[in-house]
This record gives sequence, structure tokens and C-alpha cells, in this order.
Amino acid sequence: MDFRLTEDQRLLRSETRRLFTALFPRERLRQSVEAVGEDFDRALWRKLGDAGLFSLRLPERDGGAALALPEAVLLFEEAGRALLPGPLTATHLAAGLVPGAAEGTCVVTAVDRPGPAEHLATADALLLLDGPRPRLLPAAQLSGLLGALPDSTDSTDSIDPTTPLHLLPRLPPPDTTRPIPEAAASRLLLEATVLTAAQQLGSAGRTLEMAVDHAKVRTQFGRPIGAFQAVQHLCAQMLVRTELARAAVYAASLTALPPDVAAAKLLADEAAVRNARDCLQVHGGLGFTWEADVHLHLKRAWLRAAQWQTAARAETALAEELLADRRSVPPQTIVNPLGRNPERPANRQ
Amino acid sequence: MNLDDTPEEADFRHRLRSWLHRTLPTLPPAPAADDWPARRAHDCAWQRALYEAGYAGLHWPCEAGGQGAGPLRHLILLEEAEQAGAPYVGAGFVGLLHAGPTIAAEGTAAQRARWLPPILRGEEVWCQGFSEPEAGSDLAALRTRAVRDGDSYLVTGSKIWTSHAQIADWCELLVRTDPSAPRHRGLSWLAMPMNAPGVTVRPLRTLAGSTEFAEVFLDEVRIPVSCRVGAENDGWRVSMVTLSFERGTAFAGEVVACRRTLGRLARAAQANGAWEDAVLRRRLGRLHAEFTALWRLVQANVSEAEHSWRSGESAVPGVGGSVFKLRYSHARQELYEAAAEVLGPLALDARRNWTADRLSALAYTIAAGTSQIQQNIIAERILGLPSGRWR
Repeated sequence: MDFRLTEDQRLLRSETRRLFTALFPRERLRQSVEAVGEDFDRALWRKLGDAGLFSLRLPERDGGAALALPEAVLLFEEAGRALLPGPLTATHLAAGLVPGAAEGTCVVTAVDRPGPAEHLATADALLLLDGPRPRLLPAAQLSGLLGALPDSTDSTDSIDPTTPLHLLPRLPPPDTTRPIPEAAASRLLLEATVLTAAQQLGSAGRTLEMAVDHAKVRTQFGRPIGAFQAVQHLCAQMLVRTELARAAVYAASLTALPPDVAAAKLLADEAAVRNARDCLQVHGGLGFTWEADVHLHLKRAWLRAAQWQTAARAETALAEELLADRRSVPPQTIVNPLGRNPERPANRQ
Repeated sequence: MNLDDTPEEADFRHRLRSWLHRTLPTLPPAPAADDWPARRAHDCAWQRALYEAGYAGLHWPCEAGGQGAGPLRHLILLEEAEQAGAPYVGAGFVGLLHAGPTIAAEGTAAQRARWLPPILRGEEVWCQGFSEPEAGSDLAALRTRAVRDGDSYLVTGSKIWTSHAQIADWCELLVRTDPSAPRHRGLSWLAMPMNAPGVTVRPLRTLAGSTEFAEVFLDEVRIPVSCRVGAENDGWRVSMVTLSFERGTAFAGEVVACRRTLGRLARAAQANGAWEDAVLRRRLGRLHAEFTALWRLVQANVSEAEHSWRSGESAVPGVGGSVFKLRYSHARQELYEAAAEVLGPLALDARRNWTADRLSALAYTIAAGTSQIQQNIIAERILGLPSGRWR
């Protein structure tokens, strides 16, 4: 066992960070925040395709890099850190299944149940993961679907200014979609969950940095606010959440086992949402403004927390897993005849 | 990045597992909680069994009597032993996890030869004399004095929260040897024989009802200078080696134990109907995530330690242990709060194992550095925030 990043993985991460900063600098992020309605940047999508974000795991003969889920997780962590817009996870999963997805010439969004779908109006295809086999709704039917949704919300009502949402009250019937028999929806769902968790992890790490940077320079009562324990402890808990989520997400990328994946999503969601809130708190009044980037992280974190495995779904699945886990022994006699004899000593100094 | 055993690791795990399978059924049952001589004998016999099978001091250096294996092998031992339901390190805790590693890292050849083999063979038990009534989180405020008198120190003062003091042979003692020096620079680390004249042990009763720890009064206790580990007045640095061990891998086996407990909790809830409550189920599911991730964090920390060890750097766990300790101690408390919900009114029965564990878990956010101190350490040493302490 060696649960450290390899040299290549470290390099991949730092190169990716540099690339995303160049492709999507802060000014570009703020432009997309102010853009009215659907203003999807297809040029950026193409560049992300060129960078291999979508094709990464395809075999080399199909234009991919033949890398695996752990490497994809490193890229998606950086994407979350940079707040890259668009249905990144869905298009990545569609690479190799939907023409153009791997290259970034086709924008694919995805859902696994009725509810909000991101970037539905600009997507070229909708990937449906609601059964044993994935199925695809191509662009032609997609516009029909949008028109046929009387109670769909206006896309600009999305809480996240960079992610337009449409509400799908029900999913399109099978006769309107094309089945994708060569893939298993359960596997794609696990991967979608891990890759979404990876973005949450990246966001959590970024808001931690933003909070610490601010706490070092913002002065009140004649000292940096980071010298006050109340602020220090907020920041310390942000680091603890990030590192616990990191261990869970990286492990899930290696095993792809349902309990590891559920734990990763649950803890990464928590890290992203709570770190963004603590970052906002450390920034004080500034944190409550539109100009600060904190709210963009928080809103995207809320959005991703509602995707795939939500906290309720993850916790419920993990609970069921406890009963299924054959490693746990059956319940012992609960009363101990010897009196108080804890499994572990009360105190150790 | 991988989580798989190498062929050597798998082979080691396999042999260990079959040894545990053969050996554990032959062990006597655990003695009563407050029968300290019997508990000492029980814990030492288990250590002796480990020693004879070649599993004692697995990750200690060979020149310290260990097997010279890396931290990863030790983790496999902790994982498999706990999974198989082996006895806990118990009375051996301080010797094996604190004092021993400190002596191995900082002691002379003669000191290693004197103290380490009896620890590994389960013959001598150690306790820890660091905290004092007026020096808890602020350890450097300690006042127990050691005055040089020829080839000895005369030590006077008092120590508190000393686990296993009543059955220990030796005490790792932190004392003030230079009262005129700045607080951290006037301390020394001594090994004190517990049977020396002038040592008085007064057991303290914990809120769990156990007599786990004690107050230790020292009245002109004569300790040979040869019992000092490290240089005179360098005791702060020497003791920090110990504390970072404590926060490193000391709790790794317990995470495995907590995961087993969680499985039992779910089954107990299913048996008594508490499982019908969706809120409780979600609570147990969240704890499953928590302990799954904590185990992954242990694997990450030990992988770092293994790398340092292989590249010949110091094998002392870093401040990252604070991240683990902070989250683990709270998770453990949450686990037994959930256990109380599963038990329902029966949780008020003090004879229940889980009730006793619920009580003992309360110590975890205090012992080995309070949660507040851990957060200070993380903020200042990892995040680089300015010091908030009064100077």
C-alpha cells in the first residue's frame, strides 16, 4: 500500500492547476457571473476537451490518455477549485459513448432522477442514468422536451449564477431515447458521484485558502484576526474537513466501492458547503457581497450537494451497508456480568 | 496511489491472521475492570505472546530490540489484531507507545538495553508523569523540581492524570531542572522507578467509576542522573517526540474497533426495533462514513510515515496527527451517543458495555491534548496563522 500521490499524479495536478488558471482566470469567472441568461462558452468547452478533461480515461487509440479514475479525480478537484462552469461530470462520462463529448465539441448534461438538470438549454444531449442501462436523449428531442415542460422554472432562477437549471418533473419515456447498451448505469453513477465529490473537495480547499489568506491580513483590535482563537478554530476545522474528505475521495477513486463512494460524497459535500460558509464568516461583511467569490463557491457547493447521492441518500445507503457488512460480528451479549468494563480504558495520559 | 497490499504485505497479513486465529482462543478471559494486578498480568501475557511470536516492537529499530519493519507493517498488525478481537495494549500503552519510542529515539545504547527489552517482553509497565494540577494544556508551566545532588536528582512535586500508576514499574517524568531558564528550556525527561522512596500514589476515580488514573506525589525522590534521557534541560524537545507519537498512530487500531462496534450497533438496532427510525438510521449511516474516512486518513498518514522511514528521515509522525486526533475523538463520542439512542432507556443502566464506553469516550477530547489545543496547533503550525497565545 502506498496511499500517496505518485510523482506523475503530483505533476498532473500542478499542470492542471496552471492550465485551468490560464483558461479560466478570475476575470473570466466574473464575466460568466454577469452574463445574462444562457451564455455557454463553447470555445472554453473545446479547450477543456483539448486539455483531455473529458477523454482522459479513454484508450489511446480513441484519443484518450488511458488514465484511470484517480487521475480524473485530480483533474476534477482542480476544476472545483477553479469553479469551471458547465456539465463537466456528465460530458466526461459521455466521452466514448456520445460522439463529440471526448473532444468537447458536444455538451452533454445528465440526470439520474426527476429534478433540476444543469445547462439543459445549451446541452447537445441529455444522458439518463435512471435504469440499468444508460440512455440518451439527443438534441432534437431535447428542445421538444424543454417546450413540453409547462412547470419548468426559468433558467435564470438558478441559485448559482453560473449554472442555469431547468426542473424536469419527469424523465422522458424510453421510446424517445436511445439506449446505450455498452455501459452500466450503476458504474456511471458511482463515477459521477466520485467526480462530483472531487469538485467539492477542490472547492473546500480553495475556500480554506481564501479564509486563511484573509485572516492573515485583515487587522482588527490591532492584530490580524487570524491571531484570535475564535477565528483560528474556524480555520482549523476547515482544514480537518478538507483532509478527511480528501482521504475519502481519493480512496473512493481507487476502490469505486459503494460505501467508499457514499462516504466520499457525504464528507466532500459537507466540506464544500461548511467551508464556504466559514470562509464567508471569516470575511465578515465582505463575505456577504456579490463582488466576493465566496458565494459562488457556496452556491455551487449547494448545487453539487443536491446532485447524485444527496446526504439523505448517502446516509441511508451507508446504514444499509452496515447490516450487509459480513465483517461485523453478530451482536454480543450486551450486559457485562463483571460490571463496568469498557472496551477501552477511560483515560490515558 | 494504491491501497493494495504488496505480495510481502499480503504474506505478512496472512501469516499474522493465522497466528491470531490459533492464539486468541487460548487466551484467558479478561479480568474484572478494577482488579488491577490481574489486568496487568493479562495485558503483559498478551504482550509476551506477541513477543514470542515475533510481533513485538515490529516497527522499532533493530538496535532498540525491535524488528526494524516500517510503520505500514505495524498498521497491518494493529488492523488484523483488532479485527480478530485481540486484547488491547492496555497496561502496556505508555511503555509501547510513549516511553519506549522516546527512549528508542533519544536514549543512549545503555538506556535502550536497560529499558526496551522488558517493555517488549511484557515484563515492565510504564506510566506517564507529565501533567500537573497547575500544568495541563500549558504543560510548560510544570513546577515539579529536580535538584542535582551528586549523581542523582532529588525530585519534589506532584503529577496528575497518571494512568496505571498503581501497577507501573517506571514513570516517564517531565521535571524542571533549571527554574531560571525560559519555561520550555529548563525541563528534563527522567525515568523514575515507581518503588523509589518518596513516591506516593493516590488513585483518582473517573466519572466512569473506574480507578484508571492517579495522582502521584513526589517527596525528595532520589533518581540517578543516568536515568535522564536526552540532555539536561532538553526535556521539552524530548517529550514532544513522545507527544507526536501519541497523536500519530496511537488510535489506528481503535478506528477498526469503532467500525466493528458500529456494525454491532446496527444489528442491535435491528433486533430491538430502533432501526425503524429513519433519523437513527441516517445517524448510523453518517457515522459509517465518518469512520470509513478516518480509516482512510490513517492509511494516508501511515503511507507518509512509511515514506519518511524508507527515505531515512525521522519516523516521528508529523503535526498531521492533530487533524486525525481532533476528528476521531469527536467521532468516538458521537458513536456512543448513537449507541445510547439505540439502547433507549437501557442506556441509563451503568452495567451496559456501551454505557461505560459512552462515559469513557468523554476523556478523548481532553486527553493527549484537548480539542482546543489541537485546533491551536493546526491553525498555527499547519495553516501558518499568527500566534494567538499570550506571551
